[in-house]
Amino acid sequence: MSATKLSAPEQTVPPRPTPSLRGRTLPKYLPPALLGGSAVVCAAALYLLDRWNPAVWAILAAVLYTAAVTVLSAVVENRRKAVDRLVTSVVYACFTVAMVPLVSLLWTVLSRGLVRLDGYFLSVSMNGVTPSMDAGGVYHAIVGTLLMTLMAAVISVPIGLMTAVYLVEYGRGRLRQAITFFVDVMTGIPSIVAGLFVVALWILLFGPGHTNGAAGAIALSVLMIPVVVRSCEEMLRLVPNELREASYALGVPKWLTVLKVVLPTALSGLTTGVMLALARVIGETAPLILTAGSSAVSINANLFEGQMMSLPVFIYSQVRMGGAINYERAWAGALTLIIIVMLLFLAARLVSHFFAPKTR
Amino acid sequence: MAKRIDVSGLHVYYGDFLAVENVSMTIEPRSVTAFIGSSGCGKSTFLRTLNRMHEVTPGARVEGKVLLDDQDIYSPDVDPVEVRREVGMVFQRPNPFPTMSIYDNVIAGAKLNNRRLRKSEADDIVERSLRGANLWEEVKDRLDRPGAGLSGGQQQRLCIARAIAVEPSVLLMDEPCSALDPISTLAIEDLIAQLKENYTIVIVTHNMQQAARVSDVTAFFNLAGTGKPGKLIEMGETNKIFTKPEKKETENYITGRFG
Repeated sequence: MSATKLSAPEQTVPPRPTPSLRGRTLPKYLPPALLGGSAVVCAAALYLLDRWNPAVWAILAAVLYTAAVTVLSAVVENRRKAVDRLVTSVVYACFTVAMVPLVSLLWTVLSRGLVRLDGYFLSVSMNGVTPSMDAGGVYHAIVGTLLMTLMAAVISVPIGLMTAVYLVEYGRGRLRQAITFFVDVMTGIPSIVAGLFVVALWILLFGPGHTNGAAGAIALSVLMIPVVVRSCEEMLRLVPNELREASYALGVPKWLTVLKVVLPTALSGLTTGVMLALARVIGETAPLILTAGSSAVSINANLFEGQMMSLPVFIYSQVRMGGAINYERAWAGALTLIIIVMLLFLAARLVSHFFAPKTR
Repeated sequence: MAKRIDVSGLHVYYGDFLAVENVSMTIEPRSVTAFIGSSGCGKSTFLRTLNRMHEVTPGARVEGKVLLDDQDIYSPDVDPVEVRREVGMVFQRPNPFPTMSIYDNVIAGAKLNNRRLRKSEADDIVERSLRGANLWEEVKDRLDRPGAGLSGGQQQRLCIARAIAVEPSVLLMDEPCSALDPISTLAIEDLIAQLKENYTIVIVTHNMQQAARVSDVTAFFNLAGTGKPGKLIEMGETNKIFTKPEKKETENYITGRFG
């Protein structure tokens, strides 16, 4: 350095230690071993204290495991990994807690329903069967459920779908906001209120005492329409706008674009949405008790004449009657309903698969 | 078949916001015109007014005249759908219809409009358009496969085939190669050189070199500042714009001093 230039005074700065990229980790076998260990420890403790209880054991073991793995991780690894392990344990625990009622429910319905569920049960009605007779089945209820749900779908799907098309493709400003608001309100209508509404409507139109399967179907569609509108709206919004523009640029008018480009592209999503709405209303009990009635015992395939039994109402009426055989019939009816809903979901998956836009 | 476009005093609005101000230009038939300019200066917006796609956006409107061979496309008795049949458009990202096969995609202009075509007629149109878009040899054996299963460059050529199948007089292209690799870009540029014998082509491009390669006439758009409307600064023969531009702004953009 030349003497004529100013220079900063030299300072000795200790070199910064290079942070190491490596760190210790817990061996892979340790967390499962800890889990097993805490399970054994808690089981032993509860046995010795003579307070064995599977639920308490599960909770204690989970808490002990979580504490152990977090502390060990904090000591051996670093703080971030310890927090990671803590949150992972909590998430898995919550998942287990969520699964327990579901699995328990399915198990209960299966084990109790299979007692009475067989071909005979599915093919006869309760016509001529006294409550304590070891006979009778749900055929009339299955027919009623399927017919009423079908009619509800025939009413709700066109109305719901066209409302969704309006809201997504054409709606602007005040009218659209009003419709969206009222659809949201309708999603929250208690099911029994929908039933009461239809009963009142029927009394107005036909006089008292004329409620029938059609009334039940209309109550179901009041509950189904908002669900169809919401899910179809979401599916239509997922269609990318560039497809609509491509169609307009070819000189295709708007209504044909909606009909031949937007709807086919959204078809698999729309079908899934409709199936989910169906699955929601198929189990509604309260509106059907009020409209289609809870005392029909024979097969009625006429929606416009007389009371019509349905599966949820069948379950309800059997439980009300009380008695071992009635309970058995109720469980079998419940299993039938669950099987029908599962078939619906399976159909939805198949449709979704077949109608999805393909890339090969 | 190819038509000329005369624009006079066009102002383009989004609601109350003036996006492009006072554009006047003439686009000759059977030529390729390129719009260049920095991002956000209104080139795509202006392009979309030429086939009345701009008004699809809610609140968007236009003031002024656009004449397609002496017919004002914005006169009140003109149907926008008819205009779009005359003036076709190809977009930046290839957008073949996902639920349709390659064959159906090409013939979509007729099919979606419920026009009845005999099978032989339809086959002819599909073959002609795919040959015109330089895609026939690659897909002639798999016309019934989904349109979305092709590569990016092939999808874009499929969209071009779809656009020319309706036999428009003008073809608008909004940055058609920006989502494609260089080989596909070259294929499309060769295609544009062929198509200009039968169509009037207007292409918006971010890539100045592409404009220099492909176009006969170039128009340079620019913004005065953010929030200000875009304007047509200069328009002229491509060679002249890129070697001896008249305006200083044009020269600054061409030489890369901004943009």
